[in-house]
Amino acid sequence: MFETIAQQLLLGLTNGMVFALVALGYTMVYGILEFINFAHGDVFMLSAFFALTLVGAWGVPGLDGATLAGVLLAIVALTTVFGAGVNWSVDRLVYKPLRKAPKLAPLVSAIGVSFVLQNVGLVWGAAKMEVFGGGGQPAAPKSFPALLPTTNLLGGSSLTLQVKDVLVIAASLTVMAGLYVLVTRTKLGKAMRATAQDPQTARLMGIDVDAVIGATFLIGGGLAGFAAVVYALYINTVYYQMGYQNGLYAFTAAVVGGIGNIPGAVLGGLLLGLVRALSDQFIGAQWQPAVLFGILILILVFRPAGLLGSTAREKV
Amino acid sequence: MLVVDSVSAHYGAIAALHDVSLQVDAGEIVTLIGANGAGKTTTLACISGLHKPRTGRVTFEGKDLGPVPAHDIVRLGIAHCPEGRRVFPRLTVAENLDLGAYIRSDKDGIAADFQRVYDLFPVLGQRKTQLAGTLSGGEQQMLAVGRALMARPRLLLLDEPSLGLAPLIVETIFKVVVALNQQGTTVLLVEQNARMALKHAHRGYVLETGSVTMQGSGAQLLADPRVQAAYLGE
Ligand SMILES: Nc1ncnc2c1ncn2[C@@H]1O[C@H](COP(=O)(O)OP(=O)(O)O)[C@@H](O)[C@H]1O
Ligand SMILES: [Mg+2]
Repeated sequence: MFETIAQQLLLGLTNGMVFALVALGYTMVYGILEFINFAHGDVFMLSAFFALTLVGAWGVPGLDGATLAGVLLAIVALTTVFGAGVNWSVDRLVYKPLRKAPKLAPLVSAIGVSFVLQNVGLVWGAAKMEVFGGGGQPAAPKSFPALLPTTNLLGGSSLTLQVKDVLVIAASLTVMAGLYVLVTRTKLGKAMRATAQDPQTARLMGIDVDAVIGATFLIGGGLAGFAAVVYALYINTVYYQMGYQNGLYAFTAAVVGGIGNIPGAVLGGLLLGLVRALSDQFIGAQWQPAVLFGILILILVFRPAGLLGSTAREKV
Repeated sequence: MLVVDSVSAHYGAIAALHDVSLQVDAGEIVTLIGANGAGKTTTLACISGLHKPRTGRVTFEGKDLGPVPAHDIVRLGIAHCPEGRRVFPRLTVAENLDLGAYIRSDKDGIAADFQRVYDLFPVLGQRKTQLAGTLSGGEQQMLAVGRALMARPRLLLLDEPSLGLAPLIVETIFKVVVALNQQGTTVLLVEQNARMALKHAHRGYVLETGSVTMQGSGAQLLADPRVQAAYLGE
């Protein structure tokens, strides 16, 4: 019993890291624009496809040792840049021209972008590469090679803590720590926080609000790209609707944590991952959405602004 | 130093300013008075770049501000302390002041200016680590003025700094404005509190429904029967 719980908690933690990384992209953009980027999950999906393409193009499954490690790092880095670039481009091409339009306009456009990106995923899924199964079934899930070491660090114990678990958790925490330093200690971070609270006044301080918004999409997209590689290496399956499902969960995590609140997104992501794993184990996987969204509703009933969202009234 | 030349401004189809011209010379305190909705805030917004005039020109030290975005206008030496204070509520007092110095990178100078603001408004020094949203209205106004000073402006735009504040705090703020001016900062002061403003300003303009209708020295306007009737309640 104890072992089962421990095992599920570990699974929940690793999945929660991915939710948290994706949730950060929703929450950071919301914090600045009060806008839900519904296409964010699909940036995550395309990034996973991009990583799989690199894996195929570079013949990664045949590599090992230091070469494999080096190539994996390169894939992580390039996919992060890819996610950042896609997210930034979507903002510049679609959302930016609508900045002064009523709020519903960018929101509906984001839903449209989400469908467009999913279709890009379908076309990409037809790539005539071996890693894409030859491209015959674009919508079918593609298996992503298991490239991370699965050695059990707990040796003979019946509990398993694999090297890949540790890698996923350590890498995710490092990225989150980096984001924390960026937001709290750097000039860009200051500009982001000021813009989130009052964009008009931020301009009076000399902050180029448009550049800050662009940087926010870059960072959010980069986190989604990074999360996509982590997810693909850990779950070993990618498919064109993975962004829709994981995006919905990550968005939920952001809302539970308090949309617009950065630590809240991490907390919400981890919570969602843990609850999901425990619910799958003890209630049954078929109940997963009901349990998760039931808890979401309960949390929002008692804390409408989310766990870390501010409910305090501000003096004006 | 600052020339506003025949500026008209609109919000959509609504005209807010018609053909407004005014001038501020280096070293002056100039005040712009007028009733609610006269266009005072819009005039300041046309100077700091938050709003762009439809016609007319704003020049600062000879430079046309028309094509300059708001975030670059502060770099030219114009700081705008907006109506309603607009401090960043979920940042601390010190972080708000730090944002005022966003355009600067001279660490020592910034540190000295932090001290200068804390000397001007000791209460801010006592509340450095407090969130700005938890300050009283008067303290928030002091913070908003202090934040504008952190940019080391040559021209300071103040929009109704006395609005809603107790008389004692209004006195404090006006004292600081006069002191700053004596230390060399030029001031364009928008006020509904016409008496206070005209008493302290070298010159003034009266704005009525988007047009300048009177101008003169502070003393002249104070003595003008039309100003007395409309703005001084006499
Ligand atoms: N954002 C806005 N949208 C539409 N109309 C506005 C806006 N801001 C101001 N106005 C209008 O422009 C006119 C001038 O306003 P304002 O410059 O704020 O005057 P004041 O600062 O003198 O009270 C008013 O009629 C006001 O209703
Ligand atoms: Mg006003």
